[in-house]
Amino acid sequence: MTKVMGAIVVETETCKGCEVCIPVCTEKVIGMSTEVNRKGYHYAYMRNPGACTGCTNCAIVCPDRAIAVYRVRVEV
Amino acid sequence: MEVLDIIRPENQVFCKSGLMTDATLSYCPGCGHGTVHNLMMEVIDELGIVEDTIGVAPVGCSVLAYDFMDIDMTQAAHGRAPAVATAISRTWPNKYVFTYQGDGDLAAIGTAETIHACNRGENIVIIFVNNGIYGMTGGQMAPTTLVGMHTSTSPYGREVETMGSPLKMSELIANLPGTYYVTRQSVHTHKHARKAKKAIKTAFQNTRLGNGLSLVEIVSNCNSGWKMTPNESNIWMEENMFANYPLGDIKVKGKLRQIG
Repeated sequence: MTKVMGAIVVETETCKGCEVCIPVCTEKVIGMSTEVNRKGYHYAYMRNPGACTGCTNCAIVCPDRAIAVYRVRVEV
Repeated sequence: MEVLDIIRPENQVFCKSGLMTDATLSYCPGCGHGTVHNLMMEVIDELGIVEDTIGVAPVGCSVLAYDFMDIDMTQAAHGRAPAVATAISRTWPNKYVFTYQGDGDLAAIGTAETIHACNRGENIVIIFVNNGIYGMTGGQMAPTTLVGMHTSTSPYGREVETMGSPLKMSELIANLPGTYYVTRQSVHTHKHARKAKKAIKTAFQNTRLGNGLSLVEIVSNCNSGWKMTPNESNIWMEENMFANYPLGDIKVKGKLRQIG
């Protein structure tokens, strides 16, 4: 059986912490960091990395395109 | 498999379009303008028309669009983008010419230019971002502001008796014989953003075929002007804006459609 695994990389200095990516993530992967970037924004991060499927929902709604998405198929 | 094994160049399925510059977008956090900019650049990249595309930036929040889009662009006086686009399109009929305008630009000061460009059926694309408010100047009432909506110049809410009803530009110009494709979309969720991207692609393909004017209205949020968080403003937009500005195709291939 193949399983799809994904991961996101957030450009922390580009992220403005708008949180628009959070409700569109069906797997509840994304959270907001307690730390801030140089502009003072709490940036998004992968809070629950194992659950990501690389669906790109978060990336397509990100106004600043701070999210890059990676996806891979693995045999289980 | 570890996360670091997934994050490899060969596994990348989504990243920022190469047609967006490295400049930081000047928009507020969560503003739909950034999403629309990126979707447009992705479409232009996919269609392979980078060398032949000329954009016209408006006055308003998106006045600096030429700093963010790495394509040939110019900037017009307030509301005059369709007139400038007409000139460019007639000078170079084989180029893809688009205007990018907000509601204060297209539906207020630029109403005449918009209506006449649409009536003449110029072979251009108009991207119209409607957030029902003047965002850049401090959240004043726009022609598209909803009835009862509080803005800095309608602090008790918009009244129809003294301020009129919200102007539905897309429905208005869809009735003009010159327009070929008129649609209303949104970009606040992944489903809506993907549909909006498809609509923008259709609009540019219409230019390629010389079909005439295509207008894509994007109903967007203005969380700063509406005094809400980005996610609250998106929910408010779904509950209130979409009732007055229903999403869907209004005119396809020159034929009117019933929506809402």
